[in-house]
Amino acid sequence: MKPVKFDYHAPASQDEALDLLGQYGDDAKILAGGQSLMPLMNMRLVRPNVVIDINRIAGLSYISPRRDGGLAVGAMTRQREVERSVLVRETVPLLASAIPYIGHSQIRNRGTVGGSLAHSDPAAEIPAVCLTLDTEFDLASSGGERTVNAKDFFLDQLTTALEPVELLTQIRIPQTKGPWRLGFQEVCRREGDFALVGAVAMVHLDDSGVCREARITTFGAEGTPTRMGVAEEYLSGTIVNAGDREEAARLVSNALDPISDIHASAKYRKDVAGVMVRRALEQALVRTEGEAAA
Amino acid sequence: MTPERNIKLTVNGKAYESLVPVRMTLADFLRGELDLTGTHVGCEHGVCGACTILLDGSAVRSCLMLAVQADGASLMTVEGLADGQELHPLQQAFQRNHALQCGFCTPGLLMTAYEFLRDTPNPTEEQVREGISGNICRCTGYAPIVQAILEVSQAAG
Repeated sequence: MKPVKFDYHAPASQDEALDLLGQYGDDAKILAGGQSLMPLMNMRLVRPNVVIDINRIAGLSYISPRRDGGLAVGAMTRQREVERSVLVRETVPLLASAIPYIGHSQIRNRGTVGGSLAHSDPAAEIPAVCLTLDTEFDLASSGGERTVNAKDFFLDQLTTALEPVELLTQIRIPQTKGPWRLGFQEVCRREGDFALVGAVAMVHLDDSGVCREARITTFGAEGTPTRMGVAEEYLSGTIVNAGDREEAARLVSNALDPISDIHASAKYRKDVAGVMVRRALEQALVRTEGEAAA
Repeated sequence: MTPERNIKLTVNGKAYESLVPVRMTLADFLRGELDLTGTHVGCEHGVCGACTILLDGSAVRSCLMLAVQADGASLMTVEGLADGQELHPLQQAFQRNHALQCGFCTPGLLMTAYEFLRDTPNPTEEQVREGISGNICRCTGYAPIVQAILEVSQAAG
């Protein structure tokens, strides 16, 4: 038997789960897809007194269009469902392009959207995408509900704004108006491994090819995914040509204060984060330059 | 006292009912309680893929689930592939292509390949390699495994 002894609850409703969370708080761990929690429990790095398994709650798994053109995704929606969803591909292509980078297919069959966000691994893809897309997170407790924007949700590695009595129930991804061009890049040693570092780029070009707004996020570099304001401001008003992309990459490398661990040094992450930003911008701009050449 | 729960589930078409400690993983339950030792346990943290089984048709790591979570589910393990003495086409292809040496990764690779070919009946070699990227084999160098899976897809196509 690998995990420590714990009490197990599998509530059938969200209200029941919130009551249990209210009762046990910090002593309890929420079991969603289990693809991060179960390894930690098997290695006894996490030793919960109580496990609250939310897999039996009906109604936490869905992908629905919202009236404003955005998307609402239930916290227990499996990553594989998001990966296969035509609706996601058509309305939030950035999310669709990031999902295949998560672990392997067997992990995505179980792993959930909400679980990845609540766990908040620094190298995780979904948090980085949600931060870039200004996603709103709906949190519930027996005392009520509140909404937290992605920029206020990720506090440090494995630490979020979720209180011990709160459950992440849904995310709301706003419609991103205008002709956004998208890039998603990450580097890891083997297919499916944790990213050493990665970058997300969104570029909104106007009709004359000038950047109206740019959003740049790095992940895996620091404790949480990070919006790179310095590069976003620089790119705004440029035509995002090769020199602009190079300068954005340099600004990102300079601004980051990355973590050093057994997988990569801080200097490596600093340098490669810049390279990832440059490549994500190149990926986003391919269509533009193709048009220019034609 | 470790808390226990009574669970009912179907494995390879056969119904089981069992009282399990809530902290027992599904992999340990299959091997230790049901004596279905074809499912192998390697890393126990979701990296090696040896314990891959089908849960209601989806390939999952049985080391990353609790047995109690499988209550009401229908599972398929490597023991469910063959039809009596007749090996499944994937098993036959693995044998023909020498796609195993020690055999430790084989159950997980077979179950992964089973789901993969069901969802991607006519894969390219690159798709096969990506499809099995979550299963580690330390003997073969993967080439014969990829060949075996491609052979089955071509035979079916």
